[in-house]
Amino acid sequence: MAKVIVVTSGKGGVGKTTSTAALGAALAQRNEKTVVVDFDVGLRNLDLVMGAERRVVYDLVNVIQGDAKLPQALIRDKRLETLFLLPASQTRDKDSLTPEGVEKVMAELKKHFDWIICDSPAGIERGATLAMRHADVAVIVTNPEVSSVRDSDRIIGLLDSKTERAERGDRVEKHLLLTRYDAARAERGDMLKVDDVLEILSIPLLGIVPESTDVLRASNLGAPVTLADNRSAPALAYLDAARRLAGETVSMTIPGEKRGLFGKIFGRRAA
Amino acid sequence: MSIFSFFTKQTSAPTARERLQVLLAHERASVGHSDLVAQLREEILAVIAKHVQVDRDKVNVKMDRGEQVSTLEVDIEIPIDASVRAA
Repeated sequence: MAKVIVVTSGKGGVGKTTSTAALGAALAQRNEKTVVVDFDVGLRNLDLVMGAERRVVYDLVNVIQGDAKLPQALIRDKRLETLFLLPASQTRDKDSLTPEGVEKVMAELKKHFDWIICDSPAGIERGATLAMRHADVAVIVTNPEVSSVRDSDRIIGLLDSKTERAERGDRVEKHLLLTRYDAARAERGDMLKVDDVLEILSIPLLGIVPESTDVLRASNLGAPVTLADNRSAPALAYLDAARRLAGETVSMTIPGEKRGLFGKIFGRRAA
Repeated sequence: MSIFSFFTKQTSAPTARERLQVLLAHERASVGHSDLVAQLREEILAVIAKHVQVDRDKVNVKMDRGEQVSTLEVDIEIPIDASVRAA
C-alpha cells in the first residue's frame, strides 16, 4: 500500500527540497520503490538537487494535461534503481496544476510505488495546498528560527483543514524535521533548542539535521545528501529519519551535542 | 540578573521562544474566524460614528496582544462642537 508524504514548511529556504531528496533516496535505499514529485511549478529545483536536470523531458504538468504518459515523465535515478523523479514544469505557472489532474496522477503513482514524496513549494497557495492534498503523512521542515516556526504553525493548521484526510474527518500524521540545527549555538542560548520548538509546535519529532557544509556539497554535486556521503552527520540524520518514517524505532540523538568535558572547554573557542 | 550579566551578553533564544508563544496563541485563536480584537475595534468605531461625527485622524487605536490578556485602547478626540447626530 503506497504511502504519500508531503514535505512542507510554509517558509522558503528551510530545506524542503534537500529533505525530499535525502529522505527519498534513504527510503529507496531500503529497496522500497520511491518517487519524489516536485510541486514547485515554475521554480523547479528537485531535478537539480537529484542531479537529473539534464534528463528532464516531460513534467508533472505535461502528464496532467495529457501531453505525456506518466512512465514517459518519470526519471529513474542513475544510482538507485528504486528511486524515481517526477519533475515540475519550469515554463508553466502554478495555475496549470489542477485538483483533478493532481488527483489522477497521484492515483496512478499509488499503483506503482511504495512511497510518494511530494516536495511542496513555499507559501500557502495552490501549489502548496495541492502538494499536501493527498498526503497520509506530513514532514514539516523547520529551522530553529522565529519566522520558520511561525510559518510551520500555519502549515500545521492547513494540514488539519485543507487535506483530503482532514475533510473526511481523518487526520494527516504530522512530523517535525528540524534542520540547520546548531547544538553549540542552542547550548549558548542563542538559538531555539529542540525542546523549545517541540513545545511550541507540539508535533512529534522525526529528526534533527545539523547545520553542515555537507548539505551544500551534496547539492553542488547533484546528489541527495544520503547518497553524496552516507556517513556525514546530515546523512545519518536523514537515514534515521527515513527509518522512523518506515515505522522503525530509532533513538534520537542531537547531532553535535555529544561533547565531553574536553570538548566543552576547547570546543567553545573554536565556535 | 546576576553579577555575571555584566560580563556575558544576554542570550536571545528565550526571547524568541516567548515571542513565538504569545504570537502563536493569538494566531491559532484567530484562524477561521476573524481576529476578535480587530473586530471589536471596528465595531466600537462604528458605534461612535453613529452618534458623533469624528475625524478618523482624531481616533487613536492601540492594540497590545499579551500572553494572558490583550488590551484595546481607543482614544477619541471629540470636539466640543461636534454635532450630535439625531438619534
